[in-house]
Amino acid sequence: MPKLIVCAKQVPDPEAPPGSLKVDTSANKVVLPASISPVVNPYDEQAVEAALRLKDALGGSITVISLGNNLQRDVVKKPLSMGADELILLEDPAFEGGDAWSTVTALAAAIKKVGEFDLVICGRQAADWDAGQVGLGLAEMLGLPVISLAQKVEVMDGRVRVERVIPDGYEVIESSLPALITVSNELGEPRYATLKGIMAASKKQPAVWTPADVGLDASQVGEVGRKSKLVRLFQPTKEAHCEMIEGESVEEAGTLLADRLRTAKVI
Amino acid sequence: MASPLSVLITAEVNEGNLSPITLELLGSARDLAGKLGGQVGCALLGSGVADVAQQIIAHGADHVVVIDVPALQDYLSDTYTSVMETVVRQTDPEIVLMGHTSMGRDLGPRLAFRLGAGLATDCIELDIDNSSKQLLATRPVYGGNARATFATDTHPQMATVRSKAMTPLPPDPSRQGETVTLSTMPDLTVGLTLSDRVKEEVKGVKLEDAPVVLGGGRGLGGPEGFQQLDDLARALKGAVGATRAACDNGWWPASSQVGLTGKIVAPDLYIAIALSGSSQHMAGCSGSKTIIAINKDPEANIFKESQYGVVGDYRQVLPAFAKRVKDLLEK
Ligand SMILES: Cc1cc2nc3c(=O)[nH]c(=O)nc-3n(C[C@@H](O)[C@H](O)[C@H](O)COP(=O)(O)OP(=O)(O)OC[C@H]3O[C@@H](n4cnc5c(N)ncnc54)[C@H](O)[C@@H]3O)c2cc1C
Ligand SMILES: Cc1cc2nc3c(=O)[nH]c(=O)nc-3n(C[C@H](O)[C@H](O)[C@H](O)COP(=O)(O)OP(=O)(O)OC[C@H]3O[C@@H](n4cnc5c(N)ncnc54)[C@H](O)[C@@H]3O)c2cc1C
Repeated sequence: MPKLIVCAKQVPDPEAPPGSLKVDTSANKVVLPASISPVVNPYDEQAVEAALRLKDALGGSITVISLGNNLQRDVVKKPLSMGADELILLEDPAFEGGDAWSTVTALAAAIKKVGEFDLVICGRQAADWDAGQVGLGLAEMLGLPVISLAQKVEVMDGRVRVERVIPDGYEVIESSLPALITVSNELGEPRYATLKGIMAASKKQPAVWTPADVGLDASQVGEVGRKSKLVRLFQPTKEAHCEMIEGESVEEAGTLLADRLRTAKVI
Repeated sequence: MASPLSVLITAEVNEGNLSPITLELLGSARDLAGKLGGQVGCALLGSGVADVAQQIIAHGADHVVVIDVPALQDYLSDTYTSVMETVVRQTDPEIVLMGHTSMGRDLGPRLAFRLGAGLATDCIELDIDNSSKQLLATRPVYGGNARATFATDTHPQMATVRSKAMTPLPPDPSRQGETVTLSTMPDLTVGLTLSDRVKEEVKGVKLEDAPVVLGGGRGLGGPEGFQQLDDLARALKGAVGATRAACDNGWWPASSQVGLTGKIVAPDLYIAIALSGSSQHMAGCSGSKTIIAINKDPEANIFKESQYGVVGDYRQVLPAFAKRVKDLLEK
């Protein structure tokens, strides 16, 4: 029965209307309005879904690891209410301001502490910094084979078989276990939390680990453990002007739109 | 090599042809190397690819490292990472660039972690800092709602670059460059096995190359709406793309998703129909010359991204628009 680990990040809701997010350029920080609530990174919910499908088929257990600060318990517990078994939070001021390298260092140490496992499953990218580095970096640091952009994950005969999304279709790749997988949205909708799941999750207490708990020095994580530095954070200015085409009816507006494109030599 | 290698890029070859991203990377690499006073190298990995080395030189490379072996026929994470690690160690470039493509998304982070190098992914602007001479790599973050510029103290410094963000140089067939091979090959036996590859047939014009793209969204309500788009696309010799919402619903193939995690298109005309214009979708089409929108919600963000717009139900607007377009094209 496979032992599965999922890495899930708390991010500001990426479906918030464009433009609601602001940047404090003097502090190089993102300013989130209260209207944008934190959620589990959508791809990571799909990583949980991939793990749950394996558990449905084969049994086993799912441990979720989330690294961050100000982790909202009702948000980060969502994987538990979907059916995951355990939650570990890497939460400490020392983790603040890290990059992919420091994030991977901390997650790798936590995974080693968890002990034996068959698969680590990550999302293809986090919806805030959109880097797409952590899963692949983890595989390198842990010395694991890695298959990225999975749309289907199966485990059989001690091996993992993955349908990996490529630009014009998919390829089927197999690997020995243990291995690391990153999942893409083609995997399909994650399941809803059930009432039973929510009740069970509310009773579970996540483990909270500091750098010392995973055998790391504070200098290896967060801002001091970075390899890349943020020089500038800003918002592009847009000079938007849309010419609205109107007519007696919306059908006429459609016709006039075509005419306008012709006079503007667009078609 | 006489002068130091400033920039090493990784080439991509598709069915014997250099991919556009390679020419874009070469254009950017020349600019950066000019600012650093060094040379441009290119790693050419594949099977039966050696022929394109001269073209790579014509587009701006001074050195091409050719690794032309059957084992590199298909991109496989393990083999490509090992070979690229060897190429970087042998050529010792200051900067390593690759496309933020299917290959670069996988290879870039692995190579960076193997080399202990700082990496910025999906960059749209690259520059050299005047005083530190470090690479300044700018990339969209928060789904395109903000931009961040990164630098790193590591050697090498790495970046993956978004398609269509950089400008290629016109080819100069008289340019001189040298072709080299690897002095030692890494072990290419792999743990991963590629057992199958399932490709969707693309009919008509390829989405990334189409001069006109019709983008359909959730508001189309089902696959029938996409048939209308497809019909108009044929008349315009264009292609149909879709938002993730539409692809996730199975209304149009996932391989035609446009956006941050889909294809990047930059056609002369992008016709956005019944899609809201989320920042993640716009990441894949904001480079279009002209964007027009048909949406029933006057407040939809897509109107902030468009030059021309009609507010209305696409079921009424689109047939009239399509009919007039066809009439105009026949004239
Ligand atoms: C204040 C601040 C300062 C920053 N400064 C820098 C900087 O100087 N340089 C820099 O490069 N970046 C900086 N960053 C961004 C950096 O922290 C990114 O989060 C990091 O580079 C990883 O990228 P990503 O979050 O896009 O994750 P990705 O690499 O896109 O994540 C891929 C997958 O890995 C897993 N994963 C990622 N993060 C976590 C997590 N925290 N917990 C659990 N699983 C996870 C998930 O499965 C996810 O789907 C800064 C961020 C903040 C908030
Ligand atoms: C990390 C990340 C990556 C992502 N990558 C991508 C990506 O690559 N590509 C992508 O597209 N999305 C991507 N998304 C998803 C994105 O955030 C949006 O959810 C998605 O683009 C919304 O699609 P939509 O505009 O079709 O749907 P909606 O936002 O629901 O918009 C539907 C629109 O249709 C209009 N409408 C409805 N009915 C009609 C009608 N009858 N006539 C006219 N108009 C009508 C509505 O007014 C509305 O504006 C990503 C998200 C995340 C978090």
